[in-house]
Amino acid sequence: MTAFLTITVLVLVAIAIWQMTKIFELSQVRAKAGNSEVATEEDNRYNGYLMFLFLVFIYGITIFSFWKYGKFILPEAASEHGGEYDSLMLWTFVIIFIVQIITQALLHYFAFKYRGEEGRKALFFADNDRLEFIWTIIPVIVLAGLILWGLYTWTSIMDINDEDDPLIVELYAQQFNWTARYGGADNVLGEANVRLIDIDRANVLGLDESDPNGVDDILVKELHLPVGRKVNFKFRSQDVLHSAYMPHFRAQMNCVPGMVTEFSFTPTVTTAEMRQRPEIIDKVQRTNALRAERAAAGEPNSDPWEFDYVLLCNKICGKSHYNMQLKIVVETEEEYQAWIESQQTFGQTMASMQP
Amino acid sequence: MSVQAHAVADDHAHDHGHHHKETFVTKYIFSQDHKMISKQYLITGLIMGIIGIAMSLLFRMQLAWPGQSFPIFEALLGKWAPGGVMDADIYLALVTIHGTIMVFFVLTAGLSGTFSNLLIPLQIGARDMASGFLNMLSYWMFFTSSVIMVISLFVEAGPAAAGWTIYPPLSALPMAQPGSGMGMTLWLVSMAIFIASSLLGSLNYIVTVINLRTKGMSMTRLPLTIWAFFVTAIIGVISFPVLLSAALLLLMDRSFGTSFFLSDIFIQGEVLHYQGGSPVLYEHLFWFLGHPEVYIVILPAMGIVSEVMSVNARKPIFGYRAMIASILAIAFLSTIVWGHHMFISGMNPFLGSVFTFTTLLIAIPSAVKAFNWITTLWKGNLQLNPGMLFSIGMVSTFITGGLTGIVLGDSTLDINVHDTYFVVAHFHLVMGISALYGLFAGVYHWFPKMFQGRMMSKNLGYIHFWITAVGSYGVFFPMHFVGMAGVPRRYYENTAFPMFDELVDVQVLMTVFAIITAGAQLIFLYNFIRSMFYGERGPQNPWNATTLEWTAPQEHIHGNWPGEIPEVHRWCYDYSKTYDNGEYILKGQDFVPQHIPLQEGEEELQH
Repeated sequence: MTAFLTITVLVLVAIAIWQMTKIFELSQVRAKAGNSEVATEEDNRYNGYLMFLFLVFIYGITIFSFWKYGKFILPEAASEHGGEYDSLMLWTFVIIFIVQIITQALLHYFAFKYRGEEGRKALFFADNDRLEFIWTIIPVIVLAGLILWGLYTWTSIMDINDEDDPLIVELYAQQFNWTARYGGADNVLGEANVRLIDIDRANVLGLDESDPNGVDDILVKELHLPVGRKVNFKFRSQDVLHSAYMPHFRAQMNCVPGMVTEFSFTPTVTTAEMRQRPEIIDKVQRTNALRAERAAAGEPNSDPWEFDYVLLCNKICGKSHYNMQLKIVVETEEEYQAWIESQQTFGQTMASMQP
Repeated sequence: MSVQAHAVADDHAHDHGHHHKETFVTKYIFSQDHKMISKQYLITGLIMGIIGIAMSLLFRMQLAWPGQSFPIFEALLGKWAPGGVMDADIYLALVTIHGTIMVFFVLTAGLSGTFSNLLIPLQIGARDMASGFLNMLSYWMFFTSSVIMVISLFVEAGPAAAGWTIYPPLSALPMAQPGSGMGMTLWLVSMAIFIASSLLGSLNYIVTVINLRTKGMSMTRLPLTIWAFFVTAIIGVISFPVLLSAALLLLMDRSFGTSFFLSDIFIQGEVLHYQGGSPVLYEHLFWFLGHPEVYIVILPAMGIVSEVMSVNARKPIFGYRAMIASILAIAFLSTIVWGHHMFISGMNPFLGSVFTFTTLLIAIPSAVKAFNWITTLWKGNLQLNPGMLFSIGMVSTFITGGLTGIVLGDSTLDINVHDTYFVVAHFHLVMGISALYGLFAGVYHWFPKMFQGRMMSKNLGYIHFWITAVGSYGVFFPMHFVGMAGVPRRYYENTAFPMFDELVDVQVLMTVFAIITAGAQLIFLYNFIRSMFYGERGPQNPWNATTLEWTAPQEHIHGNWPGEIPEVHRWCYDYSKTYDNGEYILKGQDFVPQHIPLQEGEEELQH
């Protein structure tokens, strides 16, 4: 109701302004003659110069953004395929910036150079086959290169196979949290279905209790990965679409209710090593300076931060979409083994639930 | 059909406007005249635009100052902003409705609807659309759908909030989100009516362009505006019905318990009965429309820009046939690239390869168009009217936004920027801002045609352009960096992730630019409304253009031309054409209108 009233008031204000301008207009003697709403030579000159300035502005905002915001860009990839991803991205950007710099320069420089002047004659230049051929064939060649490189990389990233003894991990999404499930000692996930979920008995992922493969499965709320070992992820969702986004590993896959999706990568940098990288140390320092300011002002979100890999939800999934996360820890094989052994298996959890 | 239309049209030629009295209702409300309908489209579109842009300001404020209390939130959002702090659900509703309104109601209906209606009959030399009645029906269905969409903002549980793509199951289950109740039903009903409206309009445009061209107006003499509207209408007819089917299937899933898009769902403590459907199927259906849709938005803008740029450069558009070929190529490719929105949706990765290939192909005709526009400026005599400035601005934002499409269209690179702010920056520049610039260029250029020769103030136009041009880059250029930092879109606030803390400065910068830019649109609105009533009347052909619409009298008459429809003798880009000795074809003027016969000694070039 308040909204409706506000809108009514706004409409009335608009009408009042309109009426006032009407009175203002009527009180003015219309002295101007001739057609003054078409650009004059003076308009052309001013706007021509502004076009040139605008080119400077575009370059300026590009440089400014790189200088000021360039350091915010995600750090170097922490996964094996991430290196290839980063170099493809780099080359794509090199091409993009070359084209951007040249075309914007031509566009705005021409707009400045050929601004209308009395007596200037435009050139009747309707087509030129050779020119058009050149600027068709250049994009064709450049894009063909990018396509081939991209497709080659894509095929190898998406080729999810069981070579090299991969660790099998299920990432299970629900509004608004994540659960990770490890295959356990046999590295095989037990069958599961949402119809088997039994909240009272803590079977929150709907594991089939009669499936022997599932007994040693391990359900956790923190994802630990051993460095250097390939991980095959299986994604499930129990309610709506989610997307498992692991930006530091250049990994993302949607979680779709009713089907199991897959992604695979090999982490190459442990959390501890990542924390030692200079750009991460800088980032943590900058962030903690901001957080200290907040703490001084008594605002929330002011605890000091330590770098951690993170899994984010990246497909709109409802009210708390913005806070659906899971911590990822990449560690050495020994640390990983110690951690996984300290976890309870699904069978143990079920047993402890028996009356 | 067309024969009848001709017969009717010929009647009007002899005694236009005398034989039936126009009442207020038939003239201004249920008008069947394409010029009035185009104004109705434009004004409805602008009103929807105000709502859509206002929403964007609200959520931009929330992003820059997360969780802060603003009296304006409480005033506008009421119970959704207790104490002036925006609620997370209404944030999602705002981004959803902002997207829906801007894409469909402003840039599809407001842009294509307005200018297709205004220009198709006037530029091809027709008395009116093939069916004035269908045309009227099309507008009123659009109006109805707009009203329903606005009404949905006021329902108890809030409007649709599942993102403008309304992916199920989120959009299908009221338990998943309050907006998926009544709000989503109204959204679907509104869109179904909108699609019907769009189809009626598109069929009318296609029939009109094919059948009602005046004598001599061959397809290769058509202005590029008409080519763009024509092809836009075709891809609209091909793809909108698919969205209608998706919307209907979703309605059935929601209301009648079918399982087209739903399977294996456990929510709020219970298992639902749905079994066997797939959300990925919905994604395919949605994007089969959704991708052509972005070309439905941008092609009319491209057509308008080509025309306005040529007129104001006093030069023919460079590579006319290549421009037509690009429009056709873009239109064709646009229907086979939809999968690039779904690289990581769980569909077969091989399909991802195919869609990468087709997507990067579409960059080629786009590049050709950009180069042709730039060459059109070269050695011109540029008359920098506001319409021209917006045309140049459109090419600039189209290039900047289009180039990042190479990143997103590559399935490999898409993995890490998918659904981040990088995407948001990309499509706002390439289809949002660019299409809006096309809309503005068209409004400034054809305002005299719409409002009986009145012209908009050029000085206000200049102020409007320069603030908007700087502001839009200010909003969307830094946004790429936010995306490259990994910030997902549709996050109510980024405070849950310390790694995004330092980005709050960028958010503030973008929001400040957004507020300034939106403020500049008020200048446009003022200029528009003022000029409608008090704009100075210019000459009949204020921009010295060659196309037929400027041969029609300023006063709107039923049937467009008193007497005969002018016959066309040449293409529409004879600007600054000279004889071999360097003299203009017509002495003292640098353009030859289309209805002027070939002059003695003049060579007709085969373009």
